[in-house]
Parts: sequence; structure tokens; C-alpha cells
Amino acid sequence: MNQGIHFLPETASAHAGEMDWLFAGLMITSAMILALVFGLMLVFCVRYRRNSGAERGNRLGKTWRVEVGWTVATFVLFLGLYFWGANLYLKLHRPPDDTTDIFVVAKQWMWKVEHPSGQREINELHVPVDRPIRLVMTSQDVIHDFAVPAFRIRRDVLPGRYESMWFRPTKVGQYRLFCAEFCGTEHAHMTGIVTVMEQGDYQRWLDAQGPGETLVAQGAALFRQYGCSGCHGPAGTVHAPPLEGLFGRPVPLADGSMVTADEGYIRDSILLPKSRIAAGYPAIMPSYDGQIGEEDLFKLVSYVKSLGNASPGAGERPAP
Amino acid sequence: MTATSPDRAVTARPAAQPPNYLTEGGSTLRSWLLTHDHKRIAILYALTITVFFFFGGAAAAMIRLNLVTPPGIFAADTYNRLFSIHGIVMVWFFLIPSIPNTLGNFLLPMMIGAKDLAFPRINLLSWYLFVVAGVVALVAVIAGGVDTGWTFYTPFSTMYSNSYVILAISAVFISGFSSILTGLNFIVTVHRLRAPGMTWYRLPIFVWSNYSTAIILVLATPVLAITLALLAVERLLQVGIFDPALGGDPLLFQHLFWFYSHPAVYIMILPGFGVISEVVPCFSRKPIFGYKFVAWASVSFTAVSFLVWAHHMFVAGMSVYAALVFSLLSYIIAVPSAIKVFNWTATLHKGWISFDAPMLYALGFIGLFTTGGLSGLFTANLAFDVHVTDTYFVVAHFHYIMVGGMVSAYFAGLHFWWPKITGRIYHEWWARIAALLIFVGFNLTFFPQFILGYLGMERRYHSYPPEFQFWNILSSAGASILALGYVMPLFYLTWSLYRGQRAGANPWAATGLEWTTPSPPPKHNFDKTPTVTRPPYQYRPEPEPQDAQGHA
Amino acid sequence: MPDIRPEPQYATLEQQTDVAVFGMWIFLATEVLFFGGMLFAYTVYRGVYPEGFAEAGRHTKIVIGTVNTVILLTSSFVVAWAVHLAERGRGRGVAVLLGVAALLGTIFLGLKSFEYYQEWHEGLVPGLRFEAAGPHAHAMELFYLLYFMMTGVHGLHVTIGIGLLATMAVRAWRGAFSSAYHTPVEITGLYWHFVDIVWIFLYPLIYLVGRSGG
Repeated sequence: MNQGIHFLPETASAHAGEMDWLFAGLMITSAMILALVFGLMLVFCVRYRRNSGAERGNRLGKTWRVEVGWTVATFVLFLGLYFWGANLYLKLHRPPDDTTDIFVVAKQWMWKVEHPSGQREINELHVPVDRPIRLVMTSQDVIHDFAVPAFRIRRDVLPGRYESMWFRPTKVGQYRLFCAEFCGTEHAHMTGIVTVMEQGDYQRWLDAQGPGETLVAQGAALFRQYGCSGCHGPAGTVHAPPLEGLFGRPVPLADGSMVTADEGYIRDSILLPKSRIAAGYPAIMPSYDGQIGEEDLFKLVSYVKSLGNASPGAGERPAP
Repeated sequence: MTATSPDRAVTARPAAQPPNYLTEGGSTLRSWLLTHDHKRIAILYALTITVFFFFGGAAAAMIRLNLVTPPGIFAADTYNRLFSIHGIVMVWFFLIPSIPNTLGNFLLPMMIGAKDLAFPRINLLSWYLFVVAGVVALVAVIAGGVDTGWTFYTPFSTMYSNSYVILAISAVFISGFSSILTGLNFIVTVHRLRAPGMTWYRLPIFVWSNYSTAIILVLATPVLAITLALLAVERLLQVGIFDPALGGDPLLFQHLFWFYSHPAVYIMILPGFGVISEVVPCFSRKPIFGYKFVAWASVSFTAVSFLVWAHHMFVAGMSVYAALVFSLLSYIIAVPSAIKVFNWTATLHKGWISFDAPMLYALGFIGLFTTGGLSGLFTANLAFDVHVTDTYFVVAHFHYIMVGGMVSAYFAGLHFWWPKITGRIYHEWWARIAALLIFVGFNLTFFPQFILGYLGMERRYHSYPPEFQFWNILSSAGASILALGYVMPLFYLTWSLYRGQRAGANPWAATGLEWTTPSPPPKHNFDKTPTVTRPPYQYRPEPEPQDAQGHA
Repeated sequence: MPDIRPEPQYATLEQQTDVAVFGMWIFLATEVLFFGGMLFAYTVYRGVYPEGFAEAGRHTKIVIGTVNTVILLTSSFVVAWAVHLAERGRGRGVAVLLGVAALLGTIFLGLKSFEYYQEWHEGLVPGLRFEAAGPHAHAMELFYLLYFMMTGVHGLHVTIGIGLLATMAVRAWRGAFSSAYHTPVEITGLYWHFVDIVWIFLYPLIYLVGRSGG
């Protein structure tokens, strides 16, 4: 991140490497088309300038063949690029099963980060190298966008819902983090640093932050505190859906449709329990809308997740 | 008409001009402000958008000035207001009305052999609405400006911004009605007022592309109007239509906004295609290559433009499958663009090419539009877009299309039809120098922004990390050349009004009905409604003076 | 009979009529998209909050809505009749019928205002006086917001329509039209039918949504 003339950003994730190949492919295609168009224009402009004596008989007459020819040629070429990019995009939305999930809350104008083992940081994100990291993000106010050019990823962070994004850093170092969606006066200062560390260093860093309680443990406490355990717990007196083994499973809903129990579903079930009612259960859960802050909410979600992670197939996460 | 050669196109005329639209009907201010003549309304529009162009341009200059140093020069709030003003003014008060409402208004009826647009009073009303909208926009700026950017994304614009959002969207709302009325007028005129013999396939491409534009204006603008109305209601009453905290959906705003604003991009480029399709054949002395393909490419742009809006939202939280579909559709829209570019290039083949100022602008247009269009392949690509959305790559991409493309086309058309509109010839060499300056300045300004974007410089940042400074300085340097290039025509064109040589009816020996009238044209264009017997662009290698009559 | 000449840009009076009618159709295409934006927002949120919308829909005044539907449909019929008479050059008959249609439109607005008044009293006006509570309050507020926007914009169209009908009635009474020239009547008729059709779309969305057994 030193001054001087830069042509390419750093390549610090597995995806960034693949993206640079796509970039090269796009560049070569466009360079070819540009060379063709500019070359032809230049040749024609010189050769057929008004005063030149170039021969002009026998012009291209019937145009159908030519038109269809170049239309099809460009279309096939474009289609190839489309599939290449689409394939890479799908990979970006299919995180592996063993991700470390880190929680990010955006607000005007800062990034708040919570690690699964309870450490918190602001405008900084420390991650271990060569480990798949998944960010679960939400905003407290307007739309923001979490962008790390060195990883070639970014995603809008919306209020009222979870957006997630994953990456596998491949290079130790410090990389810039930007807010990419205009979010108000200090938009340009809503930046930060992503630090990629050797795994050992990362562990030491976590320890140095103080042995906080894990998000799951904090979530379990909140689960009791907000009275969730009264109904969903083992001793529940009310007919409420059990949460063990829930996460990642398809849930049949009262209206006949199915939904996969991801973080967003758990979140909605806490805040707007009436919106998607599990089949076979009365709609009696009260709404916690406006009563639980984003950070506590994520702890609760982490706890419910931990109840479900024991079951097989929990890693099958849908694309958000 | 006297025989004329294409570039020394001055017909010695007696001092007294025949009556024309500038003299007939009086030259008082009142006679201009109450005119129903499409040509006078075109002039009114031209003056108005010129004011807005330099207003928006001044904001752009300040933006580039601010970005010379990494910490920036202006306060964050000031900068946010500057780029919002730049965006709003340039999109709604310059680009959208630029070619349709000036050249289109002036030429469309003449090109199809009509005496005026179908609804002259509505045409004038459209200009008044535009002026009212412009005044409201200026009031918003004077009151303190707006800091949402031209996209007005919610919930920032409705719940968090402390600026004059309601005034700004009122301005856009009113200008939308002006657009709709113009579009309506064009559609009806093209359908119903064509001269005898002027079949659809005898229409100049300029008419085809303005017709396609008009369809977008009529069908997309109302959606913007209602979206902005909903936004205003949310902001005024603090109820949640788009704010998730109150049960709304911010993505609904984006869908509705881009349902208008993506087609609006084609409003901002299709008329440019029309101009280029007139200029290139004229200065190549050849019919346009693949007339029907070029004509239908315009119409297919219109159709597909309504189906690609969500490619602005690949990282916005839309479903993956929707993204796959929208990316594919966006690739499909590249096909008609490619058809156009190839056809213009093929038109040059075996022509008799001369390089007058309009042609220089047109060639510059093809180069810049091709570059901009190809960078569109990058941004339409899903994985690539994830990296460059909201960066300067996108900024560079759309400036290549809208400024490199549309503004170059506007200048090409302005120079091409200047003799027809004013009856005067501008200074050719000054015009060529300006064309060259604009091309060089433009590339120097915006090409570095592609690199900046790929490096990760985000849009709408008033300050940035120091490693981006080199490219920003280059861009700002280019902007000063570009500014000079844009100011020059103001002087030599104005000068030509007083000192320019008088133009004959057809200085470029061009085909097309507008060239069969004297320059400037009489009030009702044609004394006798012309009858058309031939397709357009019947160019022969010059000099064949009798051919300069165009349609017999 | 006044001598009516085409404006300079038209070759004949027939062309002028044809152009005016065609222009009205294009204008109505714009209008469809204008209402379409609101209907789209309505559809999206109804999908998100089906129960809230049903709950809100049960608070609408179905009697007034239904009576108003009948009134508008009748007025459309009257206008169609007026256009029919105009083609035969019966100026006075046209005037009376258009007057009746304008009156029906005014009654529609009157009933609509009464409905608004009741909703104000029940606290169903988002942002200004909204007192509904319960789990669906947000969704109901959204419903009523869209309800007021859609019916408000529609009401504006009705008001303009009444103005046009009244003007045409006066002109018809004074003998401004003939079987050869009655374009303004025809165009006004088109516009009024459009206003009617919009209401036909709004009626089930507003009044029937909460009452269809669900």
C-alpha cells in the first residue's frame, strides 16, 4: 500500500487469482475487437480518403451473410465470457462447509466485527491465511457495501437482513477495506484494514484480545434472558418447534412451502415470527422486533446454529 | 439550388435572406416564448441545455479538482453535494433532452417531410415544464444542495439525508413529464405525419433512433415518476415503503429505479446512434451499410433495454438465479451495439471519405463508444462486476458511453446541421481542433479511471488512499483539456453567427429532406409537401451536383 | 356550424382527428405504466405480508367501494352513449349525457371523500393519524399508504376527467361539434374509459383482498 504507480491490485485470495484470469480473458477479447474495429477504421480512412485513387468497384453488395456472420460470431464469443463469469459468481455464492463465520455490523460510518470466540474489533478484520472465512453482515442504518479489492469481492450490506460472503485468503498481509455504497457524509472514511495472519499468529492474536466468552455461550445466556428457553427449551410447556438440529434443514411452512433454516430465517423468526410459520405449530410466538440489537441477535442466531450443527448436512447452505 | 461541393459549401447569395423561421413571426422575446414552431422550440431547448451543460460541467471540474490530492480539498458534505448536482443535472437536464429535444425537435419533422410535430402546443408545454424543473433543481442547489447522488438510494435518501431531497426529486419528477410529452409527440409524428412515399424503410436512421428513444421515454419515465413520488411520501410521512426498519424493502426502490434508469441509458445513447448514422454515410459518400439491420438494432435496443435493469444490482442482495438471467440478457444487448459499430465501419469501406469536423466527431464517437461498450462486457460479467461495482471502473464505463458517446454525437450533429439551423458556416479548422482536443482530453480523463476502478478506488469518495493519486492526477489533467475542448465550440459557433459565411441549402451535398429546404428553413419547412420516391442515403461519389438535391 | 380547418401541420381534418386519437392512446400507455409502478409495489408487499394486507383490506369500506364502482361503470356507459350521439351530430344530446357523466364523477368523488373522512376517524391514515396496532401494524400501514396513493392519484384523474367532461358538455351545448368534427369528445371519452378501467383494477385489490375467504 505504498505510494507510486500501481496497475493491478494485490492478489490475496483464491478467488482473486481466478478473477485475474477472467480479467485477462476479457482484456484479450476486447483488445481483439478493438484492434479489429480500429484497424479497419484506420485502413479504410487512409485507403478510401476522398483524394485517393483506390479502386472502389465491386463493393460488398448483399449484406445478409455479412450481418448474420458477425452477429453470430460476436454472440458466441460473448456467450463464452458469460459462462466463465457466471461460473465464478456461483462459486462465490457456494461457501465450503467448514467456514469460520465472522459477524459484521455496519453503521454510519464504521465496521463492527465480532469473531466466533467473542473478540470484537472496529474497522479492522483479522483472519487466518488459507482458511475459508464467511462474513455474515447486516447494517444498522442505511445500505453499505463491504469491499476488499485485494480479494476481488464486495457485497452490499443491507439493514434488516443478513448478507453473507466468503473468501479464502492466500497471502499474509494488510489489505484495504472500503465501504462501496454511498452511505452519507463520511462515506469515504468508512474504511478499514483486513489483516491476514499466519494461523499461529492468528491464534496468538485471538488470545491476546482476552479470552472472551464465545458468541454461542453469550447466545445461550441471552436465550434464557429473553425467555426463549421457556417455550423452545426441553422443559417448555407450550407447543413450540424444537431447535435442535434445525439449522441447515428444510422446514415445511404452514402455507405449504418449504424454507431452508439459514441465518436469515432464524433472524426473521425472532423478529417477525408471523411471517413464516412452521407447519404444525400455532402462531403464538411474540415479535421481538425493536427489542434485540443486531449484536445480541447474532449471538442468538449463533446459539441456534450451534444446536443444529451436530446434525449431518448442516453445511448445505443456500445461496442468500 | 446552386451546385455545391461538400466542403467549400458557400453559395454566394444576395444580402437579403429569404424569409425563414428566425425572421417570420417576429423576433420579439414574446414571439419566441409563445412559439409553436418546432424549430424555435428546438433553439429554446438548445439554449437551456447549454446552460445546464456548463453548470453540470462546473461541478465536474470541482470534483476533479478535489481529487487531485488524496485528502481532498472540499469538506465531505460539499463534495457529496457536488457530485449529486453533477449527476442530477447531467442526466436529467442535459443528456436525456440533449439530442432528442434539440436536434430531434428541429429535424424530425423536416426529415419525414412534415410541417411541424403532431402537437406543437404540447411541444412548447414540454419546454416550459423543463424550465420549471430546471428552476426547481437550481432552487434545490441554492437552498443547500442534495447529497444522495443521482440514484437516491433508500433508506439513505428517505430517512438519513439532511439535504434537499424533496426539492431535487420534484425537479426530476417535473422534467419527467417534459420527457413524456416529447416522446409522445415524436411517436405520433413518426406514425402519422410522414410525407407521401416516406415509408418506414425510407426513414433516415436518425428518425428510427429518435422514435425508439421516444418509446422508452413514454414507457419508462412514468415508472420513475411514481417511484420518486413514493420516495417523497416516505420521506415526508416517515412511513416505511422502502425503509426496512418500518417494514419496507430497499431493494424494491432499486428495482423500480433501474427499471427506468437502465432504459434511460438508452435514451442517452440511441439518439447519438442516429446522428452518427447520418454523418458517416454523408462524409463517406455511400449509403449506410446494412440499413435494415441498423434500423432494427435501434428498435431491439428499446425492447431489450427493459429487460436488463437488475444488472445494476449484482452485489445488492438479489437472488443468484436472477443475477444469472440478467447477466445473460445484458450480454444479449451487446449484440445490437456490435451490429451498429460493424455497420458504421463497413460504411467506410470503399467510400470517398473526407474529414470535416462532424466526421471527426463521428469517428471519435465510434472509437469511444466501442471502448465504452466493450467495458460494458466487463461490467455485465457477473464475477467481474462483483469486483468493480461502485468503483471508478463503472464511472469510466458509463462516461465512455454517455460523454464519449452521446456528447460527441451531440457535437457531431450540432456541427453537421449548424449550417441548416443557423444558415451560417462555422470555422472549420477551429472545429477540427476542438474535436481533437475533446478526443484526447476525454481519453486522458477517463481511461485512468478504468485502472483506478480495477485497483479498487470507490465512487463518491471525497478522499482516497495515497496509492491512487497518480491516476487521479492524470485524470484531472485530462479533465482540464476536456474542459477547454468543450468551451471552444461556444466561441467559434457564436462567432459564426455574426461573421460566418452564409450557408447554401445543402453545404455537405447530403441527402435527406431537411437539406432540400433553404438554410435556415422557412417557418413551415416545406412550401409544398414533398413526395419521396427513393430510400435514404442515395449518395454517389461527388462531385455530382445534381445529386445534391437529395430526394427528387 | 363554425368552419373548422386543420392546423397547418395536418393535411386534412381527418388526419387531425386520427392524430389526436392516436396521441391519446400513447398518453394512456404512459398512464398504464404510471399506475403499473404502484400496482407492482402493491403486489410485492402483498406477497411479503399476505396476512397484514388481508387484515387491512377488512377495514376498507366495501359498500362505498361497490357503489362507486357501479357509478363509474354507469358513467362510462353514458360517455360511450354520448360519443355515439356525437358521431351523429346531436349536440344537445351529447351535452346532456356528458353533463350526467360529470355529475356521476362528482358523486364518485363525494363518496370517496366521505370514505377518506371515515378512515381519518378510524386512524387509518399513514404518517398523519395511524392508530392500528398489533402484529400487522407495519403491513397495514403499507397497505393504507398504497391505498391512499393509488386512490389519490386515481381521484386526481377523475377530477381532471370531470373538468374535461364539463368543458365538452358546454362546448357541445354551444354547437361546437358536428358529425364531421367531434374529436375532443372522442378523446375525452377515451380518457374517461381509462379512468374507469383503472378503478376496475383497484376495486378488487382494495376491497376484496381481505374478504375472499382468506
